[in-house]
Amino acid sequence: MREAFADSLYFGFVLSIAAYEAGVWLKKKTGWPVFNPLLVSVALIIPVLKLINVTYTEYNEGAKYISYLLTPATVCLAIPLYKQLHLLKKHGAAVICGITGGVIANAVTIFALCAAFRLSHVHYVTLLPKSITTAIGMGVSEEAGGIVTLTVVSIVITGISGSILAETMFKLFHIGHPISRGLALGTSAHAIGTAKALELGEIEGAMSSLSIAVAGLMTVLVVPLIANWI
Amino acid sequence: MKYVKEIGIIFGISCVGEALNRLLPFPVPSGVYGLFILLAVLLSGVIKVEHVEESGNWLLDTMPLMFVPVSVGLMDSFGELKAVLIPFVAISVLSTLIVMVITGLVAEWIIRRRNRKGGDES
Repeated sequence: MREAFADSLYFGFVLSIAAYEAGVWLKKKTGWPVFNPLLVSVALIIPVLKLINVTYTEYNEGAKYISYLLTPATVCLAIPLYKQLHLLKKHGAAVICGITGGVIANAVTIFALCAAFRLSHVHYVTLLPKSITTAIGMGVSEEAGGIVTLTVVSIVITGISGSILAETMFKLFHIGHPISRGLALGTSAHAIGTAKALELGEIEGAMSSLSIAVAGLMTVLVVPLIANWI
Repeated sequence: MKYVKEIGIIFGISCVGEALNRLLPFPVPSGVYGLFILLAVLLSGVIKVEHVEESGNWLLDTMPLMFVPVSVGLMDSFGELKAVLIPFVAISVLSTLIVMVITGLVAEWIIRRRNRKGGDES
């Protein structure tokens, strides 16, 4: 089996799309939020690769072309933002205070939880950038002396869990306004959360896109300070 | 040709974003530079939203799929993760939910207060 796929340029690409489609189908069929297509894809692809003995590097030879689209997709987040710009002007205070609150809550909860689990400083700075988008988070972790691969893992866990649990949390805490929902998703669960926010609506998507940029930049400024402090 | 032109614009901006990422000393990813460039050209009217919208929406729709390859990368860091698996997952999930709720509640509170003061508009 291995010989048939290991060198293929299309294998990783097609396997990713097929697994993702399977996830979308499963979600539609059952309606359960746990069947998040991204989570299903990972849960399908890793065992398949292990089974046919293909390494991640070989898989990624084809799959990387999907990742390349992430930059232009991030650029396109400007489109919902442009269309909803009047809301940003009107609710500037809510946007800034909401995101600032989230960035502070992130640093504080991670510090408290790391202390509760008796994790070291290295783990603390590794987890600090978990709520910001991978491209910024990896850099932040590296600068602060964290373990970059583990940062990426925590960013992915954050994005998936945030997307799965968002609607439940919004109901539970009566977060009803599309602006608040978008800000909450983008600030807590970065680009993966934004994909979820776009599903909820255009205002949610626009606010979430904005949060990625603002929360990302705030974290970049704040983390080096905290990392030296604590 | 419509789509070719749209993709050309979007990828062109991505390319400029990438150049800024390499040239400027800030840890801002290429896509975020590009986001602000696209926003600026849309606001200035140089490019109309109709010139990027269809391909743009397609890219946004497909975005979750684009996280699959990075996420599968988990399989290579599993060795390092094993030692701290439970605290890492617990901390990531818990803190995500707290950040989500606090951001949402702060924004919600300000919006409601503003609406009460400023009349009935939402």
